Amino acid sequence: MKPRHIVLIFLALLLLAPLVLPPFYVTLLNYIGLYAMVSLGLVLLTGVGGLTSFGQAAFVGLGAYTTAVLTTQADSLPAWLAWMGTSPWITLVAGLILTLVVAWLLGAITLSLSGHFLPLGTIAWGLSLYLAFGSVEGLGGHTGLPDIPPISLGSLVLNTGPSIYYLIWAFLMLAVWCTRNLLDSREGRAIRALKGGRIMAESMGVNTTRARMVIFLIAALQACASGWLYAHMQRFVNPHPFGLQMGIEYMFMTVIGGAGHVWGAIAGAGIFTVLKQWLQDWMPRLLGQTGNFEIIVFGFGMVLLLHRARGGIWPVLAKLVPVKKALLQVDRQAQALPRRDMPAPGTVLLEARDVTRKFGGLVANNAMSLTVHAGEILALIGPNGAGKSTMFNQISGVDTPTSGQVLLRGESVAGTGARHIAGLGLSRTFQHVKLLSRMTVLENVAIGAHLRGHRGVIQAAWRLDRQEEQRLLAEAARQIERVGLGKHLHDEAGSLALGHQRILEIARALASDPCLLLLDEPAAGLRYQEKQELGELLRRLRAEGMGILLVEHDMDFVMGLVDRVVVMDFGQKIAEGLPAEIQSHPAVLEAYLGGIDD
Amino acid sequence: MNAQIALILGQDGITNGAVYALLALSILLVFTVTRVLFIPQGEFVAFGALTMAALQAGTPTRMVWLLAGFAVAEFLADVIAARRRTGNLRIGPWMIIKLIYPFALAALLYALPLASLPMVLRALFALAILVPMGPQLYRLFFQPIASASTLVLLIVSIAVHLALVGLGLLIFGPEGARTDPFSDVSFPLGPININSQAIWVVLVSLILIVVLYTFFERTMYGKALRAAAFNRLGARLMGISPTLAGKATFFLAALIGTVSGILIAPITTIYFDSGFLISLKGFVGSIIGGLVSYPIAAAGAVLVGLIEAFSAFWASAYKDIIVFTLIIPVLVWRSLKSHHVEEEDDE
Repeated sequence: MKPRHIVLIFLALLLLAPLVLPPFYVTLLNYIGLYAMVSLGLVLLTGVGGLTSFGQAAFVGLGAYTTAVLTTQADSLPAWLAWMGTSPWITLVAGLILTLVVAWLLGAITLSLSGHFLPLGTIAWGLSLYLAFGSVEGLGGHTGLPDIPPISLGSLVLNTGPSIYYLIWAFLMLAVWCTRNLLDSREGRAIRALKGGRIMAESMGVNTTRARMVIFLIAALQACASGWLYAHMQRFVNPHPFGLQMGIEYMFMTVIGGAGHVWGAIAGAGIFTVLKQWLQDWMPRLLGQTGNFEIIVFGFGMVLLLHRARGGIWPVLAKLVPVKKALLQVDRQAQALPRRDMPAPGTVLLEARDVTRKFGGLVANNAMSLTVHAGEILALIGPNGAGKSTMFNQISGVDTPTSGQVLLRGESVAGTGARHIAGLGLSRTFQHVKLLSRMTVLENVAIGAHLRGHRGVIQAAWRLDRQEEQRLLAEAARQIERVGLGKHLHDEAGSLALGHQRILEIARALASDPCLLLLDEPAAGLRYQEKQELGELLRRLRAEGMGILLVEHDMDFVMGLVDRVVVMDFGQKIAEGLPAEIQSHPAVLEAYLGGIDD
Repeated sequence: MNAQIALILGQDGITNGAVYALLALSILLVFTVTRVLFIPQGEFVAFGALTMAALQAGTPTRMVWLLAGFAVAEFLADVIAARRRTGNLRIGPWMIIKLIYPFALAALLYALPLASLPMVLRALFALAILVPMGPQLYRLFFQPIASASTLVLLIVSIAVHLALVGLGLLIFGPEGARTDPFSDVSFPLGPININSQAIWVVLVSLILIVVLYTFFERTMYGKALRAAAFNRLGARLMGISPTLAGKATFFLAALIGTVSGILIAPITTIYFDSGFLISLKGFVGSIIGGLVSYPIAAAGAVLVGLIEAFSAFWASAYKDIIVFTLIIPVLVWRSLKSHHVEEEDDE
């Protein structure tokens, strides 16, 4: 069976459900749909993007209260607002715009927070918004706002459970489709790189700050739409369902379903809602008291789930169903991407002038200078801890020098950031491999080509990016074959041997069509034959006019390949020259073999 | 507003602020040592206050059975873990003591005329019931996943908080409670009377802070905990057990929480779910301290108390909104200070 068949069966069941199920279960399905829509946003935000929000319920409230106020309080509103209350569809747009503004403001403030500050921040503003729903005048206080009109589609009035059921699930299925499309695109790969790969992604030209904001806004908008549907389904709103408790429950649903999986949102919302309903019936009877005792079971159940199956339910379910995952198709006929004009051989590509980097009292780089020309391979060598990788970070913009200048093709780039530098045609690999190990080799390399595509999030969600996507994937495949990893195209990057992972990083760097390549220990972990092939590849690149700066410990590999060598020790340059000169240079011999104490 | 009102509000603010400061210190301590954002901190406050109220009413609270339940679960978990590690069943004397303790305590509670005991003894009983729960929570819920990401630990922390709130409702019921003050005297200060409970709160908080400071600066255990907070791996290589460090911090957190609960029980009515908002204000204090600096966190918490008291006077409906929105400028300030790209810890 293919995944598509399962989806079709699922959709058919959805269509039939209200015709055969009693109204109670249709209502339950309505709630599942509404919750799943919020949870889907959290899948994107938390599961894929690694950002945690406990404040999503507040965005649901924003959607619900906007439409409630506009449709029921029109007479007390100024005229420029009152006209919106004439149709729920206008209030949906109004709610989405309001949510966009609020979420953008909150995101601008809280998203730059790292790790644990972010969830705390979301708890804080989630609580504030919830308390505001109950306190701000005109929102009906804790008793709420009644008499919200139903949604109508032409002459069809959606005022019953089964009739709004189709609207809710149509919204949800549309959101699922868009989210899946988005994740399988250029912007999607950038989003998937946020968790555990931000430095790498920035070095490949991805604006990770923007990507974080984008998923935060998408999650907020989906929550807002859910709130709009909720308000018109209930025909009544009060602050209660938009509190922190609900925000936590949305997170629980997402974790139960499996935070990284789009369909997990529906599974999680379904399991949570049914279980909650059932527990709310049985727990008070069992305990002989009334109250929210289901949270005891949910609390301890959640702990058990995170102890035993941190990935959630969906991966377990997915194993039971015999489906073959579809491989990404690469269209070899796709038109090649435009290439950068290569600088003429011999022109200066990179010039570092007196670059100094201090970490507190430690001087990792001290007045380092070096120059790389087009069509040249320069080796940067030195004993362990000499500061070579720190120097790479200063040049590639991952770090900012304490003082000194870095000129890339004549432009001063120190402090401008890795993304800007990537745009100028510098690409790099990392000493400690930075790959997204759960993504395929093809997708990893396609991240390298990020700056060569231009289709945005909305185009990706609506599949308007397919032509460009094919060109990007074809380019990635070409680079993978060029470095000799052609037979691993669809393997998970994490399953490759370490040496191959280093080669994969070279393919990713090449996919960005660079004119200057920074390679940090590319030959480490390679066999003799593979080193020969790597040497051949680098020679070919040099012949094409590329400048290459190389850190490497394998002297046989370096001395036979490179044009010039710069030697570092204790953060300083101790020698520079042709390979033959360096091999007999006294300072180099002393650094590597130790001097004779007088 | 006149001077009298300002003084009264100031007294309220400082009293609450002192409690928030204690909680902020505790939250900070737990976070730096174990990376757990200890949301259930507030439950210890609420349970401390409600246990005091129950004991005052002469009922041997059902809380002790929760302690017993956790003890049984911990015993089983230890047995299973030991079996998995060594392949045989070895039950040490310490395991037996931990198992028997809650039942012995329960027997004592049911035997004694609780209502006629002196206040100090009742407070000691409340501590005896609640404080051992700290290490129990660590053993059962956090120790098995001690190396997980902060996010997973946070979700577990929230889950434990929810479960405890539910259990709190089951144990204490939905009614709030307030206990008798420690003493009935009050002291005139200018136009107002400072009530003695406020002095108790501030005094005990100060003493606890000083004791904690001495513990961390002067004793070997304190230094070991600080080492574990500073560098977990390094501390481990020096022979400091992360499990022991975790249990010790949770013990301190439970102690601080329960003491805070006992202190504020005579001042405000506490419900089974009041703990969360109280500890969240402690969080706001510790966020102001950036989750690193103890003195700034304490000062931040006192500031939160003062702002809360004064905003309650000017705009009481918006009191909590003001307190929680307060952290946004702090966060902005913090994010302006650090703007480099950070790698998130991976799953």
